[in-house]
Amino acid sequence: MPEHYDVIVIGGGHAGLTAAITAAENGARVCMLESAPRAMRGGNSRHTRNLRPVHVDTRPPMSGVYDQHEYLDDLLRVTGGKTNQSLAALTLRESAMAIEWLVQRGVRFQPPLSGTLHLGRTNAFFLGGGKALVNALYAFAENLGITIYYNALDIQLEFVDTRFTGLSCQLNNVEQIMTSDSLVAASGGFEANLEWLTEIWGDAASNFLIRGTPYNRGDILKQLIRAGFRTVGEPHQCHAVAIDGRAPKFDGGIVSRVDCVPFGVVVNKNGERFHDEGEDFWPKRYASWGRLIANQPEQVAWAIIDDKVGDIFMPTVSKPVVANTIPGLASQLGVSADNLNQTLEHYNSAVRPGQFSPTELDDCHTENLAVKKSHWAQTLDKAPYRAYELRCGITFTYLGVAVDERARLMIGDEPSHNVFAAGEIMAGNVLGEGYLAGIGMTIGHVFGKIAGLQATRHDS
Amino acid sequence: MTASSTHATEAARILNICNACRYCEGHCAVFPAAQLIPLASQDDGALVDLDYLSHLCHSCGACYRHCQYADPHEFSVNVPGVLANLRMASFEQLIRPRMLKMSVTHPLSFSLASTLLFVTGFGLAMASNGLTNEAAGGFYALVPHTMMASIFSLAAVLVVICWTSSARAFWRDLQLPWFTQLPTRVFTGAFSDALSLKNLGGGHELGCYEAGEQPSLFKRRAHHLTVTGFMLCFSATCVATIYHYLLDSPAPYHWFELPKLLGISGGIILAVGATGLLLVNTKADDALGGTNTGFGIALTVLLLLTSVSGLVLMLAHNTQWLRVTLALHLGIVLALFVNFACGKFTHGLYRTIALIAYHHRAGP
Repeated sequence: MPEHYDVIVIGGGHAGLTAAITAAENGARVCMLESAPRAMRGGNSRHTRNLRPVHVDTRPPMSGVYDQHEYLDDLLRVTGGKTNQSLAALTLRESAMAIEWLVQRGVRFQPPLSGTLHLGRTNAFFLGGGKALVNALYAFAENLGITIYYNALDIQLEFVDTRFTGLSCQLNNVEQIMTSDSLVAASGGFEANLEWLTEIWGDAASNFLIRGTPYNRGDILKQLIRAGFRTVGEPHQCHAVAIDGRAPKFDGGIVSRVDCVPFGVVVNKNGERFHDEGEDFWPKRYASWGRLIANQPEQVAWAIIDDKVGDIFMPTVSKPVVANTIPGLASQLGVSADNLNQTLEHYNSAVRPGQFSPTELDDCHTENLAVKKSHWAQTLDKAPYRAYELRCGITFTYLGVAVDERARLMIGDEPSHNVFAAGEIMAGNVLGEGYLAGIGMTIGHVFGKIAGLQATRHDS
Repeated sequence: MTASSTHATEAARILNICNACRYCEGHCAVFPAAQLIPLASQDDGALVDLDYLSHLCHSCGACYRHCQYADPHEFSVNVPGVLANLRMASFEQLIRPRMLKMSVTHPLSFSLASTLLFVTGFGLAMASNGLTNEAAGGFYALVPHTMMASIFSLAAVLVVICWTSSARAFWRDLQLPWFTQLPTRVFTGAFSDALSLKNLGGGHELGCYEAGEQPSLFKRRAHHLTVTGFMLCFSATCVATIYHYLLDSPAPYHWFELPKLLGISGGIILAVGATGLLLVNTKADDALGGTNTGFGIALTVLLLLTSVSGLVLMLAHNTQWLRVTLALHLGIVLALFVNFACGKFTHGLYRTIALIAYHHRAGP
């Protein structure tokens, strides 16, 4: 006899938990399936650190004011307008209640982390990070009586036309069948699926790093696409950042950041610079640098600083490559010494004197240089030199399922009867390209709540 | 490599990752403190600073539960575990007298042996005192007041000498300025954090995570009860001493008199608190405690036995059990004094000094 539920939620990250809790609080009998083992539950949410809520007062943990108008401006700027405006407005509006909702369910917040003071007005930081949030919500979900399965593998969705009826899956090597009145898909993007990435990016994908969970293979997304639900977003679009090339292939998370880029020069495998390192503050640029590096030969680059740049950036976990001469550095990097020397000579001769100030957009810049450096340009000539390998790290993919304002998947222009989505799998509705720090968790919260509620009200 | 330098290397590796991550900053003083320390070097300077962090850690477990890099992640980060190992190595180095190192390396055997030794000693001393009318003479017929006062005064003086020696060693290791050169805010900050057990609050005042993934204030409350009970018992002794010498009013006291009221309430509260701490010791996740959990258990058991034997002793007055219970209680208390000098009890001293160093380095 298959188990029957009112709502099945696939995915045990922040979005899935939010949906499951909301559905249960509205009286539904809920089952949540998490593909990872318990020790790795929570998907990419484990690696998060904040969300971005709209707020018109300065209630802690927020300082200042961040109203919907400014928030929407920021979103339109980073996406270049590539966003579903009504769903974006919905997300921003509903984000106002996020902190209170989470606090009521055991999550705690703190002032901005050191090194992120500039985000104090716009971002609410989780005390203990994303895993603390995940743990709190799991405990809350268990107390509500939600059935939670870990190690849920090989999930096969069953549809009659486009109405979800149930699924089969492997639970601890035993095949299980379960049915439900509705489905919430919160199973993440497909960033950990190297084969799928290769279909899109070609061989370059083999040089990418996957910043988060190895369990986001997009199996559910693929089945939903095959079942006829409308997609949103372009295959190449994703949140990708330039990170330490020595980070683990999967699950490296936040510690793979490399924050020294603006203070030095970045060269590719040919020893050439390819982009303005001092364009803007690093948090506003590291996403675009991910894509830039993806387009370089062998998808690798090195950020090089000299001894004049002290410890003005967050430390890296891996030690940099160190050398006392440029040729010495070049040979350790596997880069042509002649090319690197030439690049640095051109750069050094283009540097104009100025007042170096790391916390401001200072006046240290280059002139008459093909690839300029707008700020923090100092000559690179004082040994020892340090080089940090940079690779493209994908956080999550944007190609996902289209939804309406009730989180319902779409068949053409018609909303689905009983299939809903929340989190990365539908973030592409709001993020056509680019990213805004903290908005991922915001989307997961808002659509998790909507999906969880609507899943209890599906038309039967 | 010595044991502590292996632990130091592992601690440096882990804290390197923590400094790049920082998500646990809000939980306690360890993470802000770690950011102020250069961890790159592995020389003796770095070793000492890691001792500082190891005592700053109150083993609450929040950072372990919330770490996305804990096992089974390949980074295998366990901050409380590695700091516990470093802390035990530090205890070994800091306790005085050095020849009693066994109280750190084999705490349970050591406490048992010292308890048996002292109980036997008191028992023999009482036997050699001849057969008097025990019921009528009370304690002092069995053990003369001057003898009791001398033994425990001497023990107290020795304890203070050991504490002073240990404290000076740690203070020097931390390269702290002489205490008269530190601003008041450093002491008010440190003592306030120590007395309130701020670092057992998790940063959100919901408590510790040593027993599970959900926070609880049980450990902090059990600790506060223990300290309160202990201070009440100690004040009972002080008040009784004043009564004896200044008010010419020796024991035994009526139950409504101050020494009895303080002693009974203290004994009960101490018993409840120590039981709570014993539960904490036994329920704490193995991953958090490093490898020497007997160290804490030895102290909590001694505290529990002290309070229980003291209450039983009071009830044994005027009965045939007086001799035995008196020997037990005095022997246990003396063994507790030894733990004060060179056992887990010294953690209060080192943690307070670590907090002083923290407030000094963190600046106003």
